Amino acid sequence: MSIPVGPTRTSQTLASPRVEAEALGGAETPVQQLWRTFRKDRLAMLGLYVLLSLVVVALLGNLLTGWWVVFDPTTVRLPDKLLPPLSVPSSAIAKELLPPFHRYPFGTDELGRNVFARMLQGSFVSLSVGVVAVSISLCIGVTVGGLAGFYGQRKLGPISVDSLLMRFTDVVLCFPTFFLILTVVALLPPSIYNIMIVIGITSWMSTARFVRAEFLALREQDFVTAAQALGLPEWRIIFRHLIPNALAPVLVSATINVAHAILTESALSYLGFGVRPPYATWGNILADGRSYIFDAPWLFLIPGVAILLVVLSFNLVGEGLRDAMNPKLRRRAD
Amino acid sequence: MVSPRTELLAISDLHVEFATDAGPVAVVRGVDLNIAAGETVALVGESGSGKSVTAMSVMRLTEGRVSAGRIEFRGRDLSRLPDAEMRRIRGGQIGMIFQEPMTSLNPVFTIGRQIEEVLVLHQQLSARAARAQALELLARVGIPSPERRIAQYPHELSGGMKQRVMLAMAVACRPQLLIADEPTTALDVTIQAQILELLRSLRREFGMAVLLITHDLGVVAHFAERVLVMYAGKIVEQGSVRDVFKRASHPYTQALLTALPDPLKPAKRLEAIPGRVPSPSMLPAGCAFCARCARAFEPCPSQQPPLFEVAPGHDTACFLHDPQFSAPTRR
Repeated sequence: MSIPVGPTRTSQTLASPRVEAEALGGAETPVQQLWRTFRKDRLAMLGLYVLLSLVVVALLGNLLTGWWVVFDPTTVRLPDKLLPPLSVPSSAIAKELLPPFHRYPFGTDELGRNVFARMLQGSFVSLSVGVVAVSISLCIGVTVGGLAGFYGQRKLGPISVDSLLMRFTDVVLCFPTFFLILTVVALLPPSIYNIMIVIGITSWMSTARFVRAEFLALREQDFVTAAQALGLPEWRIIFRHLIPNALAPVLVSATINVAHAILTESALSYLGFGVRPPYATWGNILADGRSYIFDAPWLFLIPGVAILLVVLSFNLVGEGLRDAMNPKLRRRAD
Repeated sequence: MVSPRTELLAISDLHVEFATDAGPVAVVRGVDLNIAAGETVALVGESGSGKSVTAMSVMRLTEGRVSAGRIEFRGRDLSRLPDAEMRRIRGGQIGMIFQEPMTSLNPVFTIGRQIEEVLVLHQQLSARAARAQALELLARVGIPSPERRIAQYPHELSGGMKQRVMLAMAVACRPQLLIADEPTTALDVTIQAQILELLRSLRREFGMAVLLITHDLGVVAHFAERVLVMYAGKIVEQGSVRDVFKRASHPYTQALLTALPDPLKPAKRLEAIPGRVPSPSMLPAGCAFCARCARAFEPCPSQQPPLFEVAPGHDTACFLHDPQFSAPTRR
């Protein structure tokens, strides 16, 4: 723990430097405390760095592919089709279409498009699908699960809130989700935002079940009664006291859901219902590459590895966060 | 009951029942309880006698249904208050501490945050003021180096410390009444004495009334002014601690007192009360203690004994003290 040295004095003058430092440590916000612990988890930090650099890449990629013609992912260079990574463009390519540095870093696809440029463009879509869809599913899942867990015993007419919400969850769980998504996406105008929303509202069920199970156990805890006896309003007990306690398993499942969302988007793109073809996403690069699996393995390996990297990083960050949020592990760390 | 005194809390004819598959089961059956401002009252009874349920009903936190009776706090009927109003009373004017300090604090927040939350909620203090006040409270409840402790999590504190923190939270807003539901049961004896001493000094300092719920008669003798003995959902005896301990008049109270271990006679076998507390779903028509009572006679199995006055301010619910049966055993 870094000790900020300064003229700051706590109320007691007898405070030894250590006590004073601890008191200042107590003055830090929970977020600072979280970060201090999180930082010590090397794997989680690695995951965070990978994710942050991917975000930078995605933002840069959006600029580059949009504004710089040599990075245009839609430029077709038929003479250069299916070139392996790092190959040099052939002499048949017009000068203004030459890729930067005279190399195709990730090779080219069956139309001679620069896979590097396509990956750049796709990173934005894939990352945002993952994050936005999971945020939506978390919001729905935590709300439904929390209500079912906390107000479960209340009756609405003949049935309890718990049965009502959880049977509804079961019904949604029974839908063949993928076909539901297909139907909805087919009816709605093709837009990446619709896809995010649809994936989000079809993937909250496992979160709801986790949260409900946690809440059922937590609401019986003495500290809930104690909080009620202190006059805390119910919403505050739910949101400020119970959700932080229930978050650990939810976070882990959320990181896995990110992977699911990215893959669902890939599958949709593969079937032609996702992002419209000229626009690249990791999913449709992967899908296109499948037909050339033996001739041009880089076409599926590159997006595949990218998806793996994102999923892995989200998992590491999720686990790091879970540990950092557990106060019992937190103190032991320092 | 001495009439001209201002009651802080007045419970009259409280009935609480729990819904079970076999229909409603009455757990509290007509309890009358009055606490004056600044008074310390102990509610004593075995597990399942309904003492905790009575206390929780005051806070309106019982799972059961209050089927009859009134609970008045400073002249206001608590059962008719809107929820928002009731929340202001909980933690504001009535504080409560519980049996299990180990689990009564939220494990993911520092104790400082939990104390501050109460202060911010009830007294609208700023974060800075709340922190200063929390530090003061921690120091007041005898937590050493509060500057360090305030940033710690509940699992870093011992049971006694946690109960001190609970006390700090309960008295944070200077309540007029503190309900202590078996506050020392989960603690070992030396800590128990410290917590009771702390409770006593806080009571004196803040002028709070205390409703102490316990099954430990030693704690009662040490701490309370008045005691109510509860059995199977009813008050069976009430009076000043001195009266009840010296001249216990209900056979149940007498049995409880003889069941206390006497450290001066360690060789003596402990007197247990034969039988067990009847299940609240299968109460006899008459006195609930009848089946275990060595001195039961004709009216006991069929009639419920009302409270008879044995001395001013000392009542007992036993036919042995009914003037109508010129009780030969009356002391």
